Amino acid sequence: MAGSRLLGRLPVVHQLRQAVGLQRGMLVAGLALTGVFLVLATLAPVLAPYGYSQLSDESGNFGAQQAPSAEHWLGTTVGGYDVLSRVIWGARTALLVIIVAVLLSVFVGILLGLVSGYLGGWVDRVLVVVADAIYAFPTLLLAIVAAIAISGGQSGLWSGVFAAAISITVVFIPQYFRVVRAEVVRVKAEAFIESAKVIGASTPRIMFRHVLRNSTRTLPVIVTLNAAEAVLTLAALGFLGLGIEPTSAAEWGFDLNKSISDVAAGIWWTAVPPGIAIVLAVLGITLIGESLNDLADPRLRARRRGKGTPADAVAQSEPVAREELGEVQ
Amino acid sequence: MSTTTDVAAGAVSGPPPALAPKVARGGGFGRYVLVRLLLMIPTVLILVTLVFFLIRLTGDPITAALGGRLPADQLAERIHEAGYDRPLIVQYLEYLGQILTLDFGNTITDNQPVTTVLAEYGAATLELVTYSLVVAFLIGIPFGLIAAANRDRWPDAALRVSAIFFYATPVFFAGLVAKLVFSVWLGWFPVSGRAGVRTELALGREGGTGIYLIDAIRSGNGEYVWDVLSHAVLPAMTLGLLTAGIFLRLVRTNVIGTHNMPYIDAARSRGVSESRLLRTHAYRPALIPIITVIGLQIALMLGGAVLTETTFEWQGLGFQLAKYLQARDFVAVQGIVALIAIIVALANFIVDIIAALIDPRVRY
Repeated sequence: MAGSRLLGRLPVVHQLRQAVGLQRGMLVAGLALTGVFLVLATLAPVLAPYGYSQLSDESGNFGAQQAPSAEHWLGTTVGGYDVLSRVIWGARTALLVIIVAVLLSVFVGILLGLVSGYLGGWVDRVLVVVADAIYAFPTLLLAIVAAIAISGGQSGLWSGVFAAAISITVVFIPQYFRVVRAEVVRVKAEAFIESAKVIGASTPRIMFRHVLRNSTRTLPVIVTLNAAEAVLTLAALGFLGLGIEPTSAAEWGFDLNKSISDVAAGIWWTAVPPGIAIVLAVLGITLIGESLNDLADPRLRARRRGKGTPADAVAQSEPVAREELGEVQ
Repeated sequence: MSTTTDVAAGAVSGPPPALAPKVARGGGFGRYVLVRLLLMIPTVLILVTLVFFLIRLTGDPITAALGGRLPADQLAERIHEAGYDRPLIVQYLEYLGQILTLDFGNTITDNQPVTTVLAEYGAATLELVTYSLVVAFLIGIPFGLIAAANRDRWPDAALRVSAIFFYATPVFFAGLVAKLVFSVWLGWFPVSGRAGVRTELALGREGGTGIYLIDAIRSGNGEYVWDVLSHAVLPAMTLGLLTAGIFLRLVRTNVIGTHNMPYIDAARSRGVSESRLLRTHAYRPALIPIITVIGLQIALMLGGAVLTETTFEWQGLGFQLAKYLQARDFVAVQGIVALIAIIVALANFIVDIIAALIDPRVRY
């Protein structure tokens, strides 16, 4: 019993047990799609029939815009690459960008939100105004400007991944900042913080031990939804020609940009596969995020009808996150 | 894209007007408008500053655009002429001064004033964004109500899953697929552009607003109107559906949120019908956060417009931005982005005012 109790407290497992009906279906579908995405990303060298920048094999050049065939299941691109291989390798690029972007923005956003919210003062006021200004701005345009600043446009695999990830980070930091700050401001007024001050705990100790631990419960939802958005922003940057060079990595948005003229000529196989890859990756991650969001909000959580153990009732009435995403009721 | 936070922001709706404490303050509305107007200044200033310094991190715009194509001494001469060899802070102050007089400099690649580019192509983007907003409203709000009315039953499930699906589809991919199916395979709509060559020439000759639909109607030629509309269908649907998904989720969450309020129970106990409860009692208060969020959606739509315009070769600001990005003409990029910052701030201002007009609780 103790083992399953512990298991039930793991983030996703807990929600999976809590969910019923459609919400459960969405969560399961999301987990399945994300699982496929992760497998493709990690096992790309094994699964892809060719390299992402491979133009020829023993039997000669692939040729450009070849229709799907036994050798090239999804045909070849206008640049003469194998479409299927680039789609699979693209998952790896997207995953790298997600990891770097989310880690960076969580770290910076939480730190800024914590310091700004707890210490207050003019630094807090300036940061809030700046974050609000950035928050109101079209994220894609901001990412474009950041991408120009970081890479000047073109780049290789790692520099490209970092350039894209940092451009996306610039957009995300204000979100984490707002959420964490709002929670911190709420938590710091609680009685236990006052008690900690009275018994003489130092400011850093209160900030990191007492406040931070109680201010991060809405973050898993935002992290998942931001991961989905990172894929979209990366693809959009690639589509506008600010992405990663085809010789250094496969990137779905770049391939879609190259397929604009193919589409007008009726060539579907260069545009549809990378596009579907983006849709499924984003869909999978978003479904997880949406389900977590709904399950965390008692008003949106679907109720189990009829039978239910007392334990379920307790689990359902647990106020996981009422102040959803930093908006205090 | 701030969809999630918007939904949550919308979910938190206050008590219904009748229950709110009456706040009586002198000179309320006029003062509120003034404060909002003044608050725009730091927003625009911060964004313009951020854009300026981020773009200058890469070096001066002339080297970026023409480096490698001109000999070093000519390059240095042009940099000196344009004043890019002066201290950055001097250039920054000068740039701020220029913006105050609405002068965004000249593009480097084709040496046009940026303001001319903005005036010439802004109308096209405005036209596209307007069509898309109409599509988003017509689809998002009724379907959001349907989803809320059938909460947790199949229409809700189907609508919510499709809303997530629309969110997950990048606009440019949706555009490419729409183009492939409806233009190339079925041949129902033109592949790209804002109008046929003949229409474009005719409308251009007459001058006018630059908004093709208005110009076409004014020309009185039904053929032109039809041509312009048929070109607009796919881009407007593409960009509109993206936003419709967001509106749908927003309406659903808010209506469900207000539907749980005690005053709804009170009305129900008085015998008000369920459909009337939804249509009038729950829907009206739910609209207020929606209106506020539209301000943020306009920012999102302008981002989406850049991608949609590139996909459909719609000759608007976004298409030009993509073109100047490829050419590495950062003066033009900076100008377009600064203008969009101002538009976004203005849109938020207008939305704040509308929200205050509808809901007196906002202005205190």
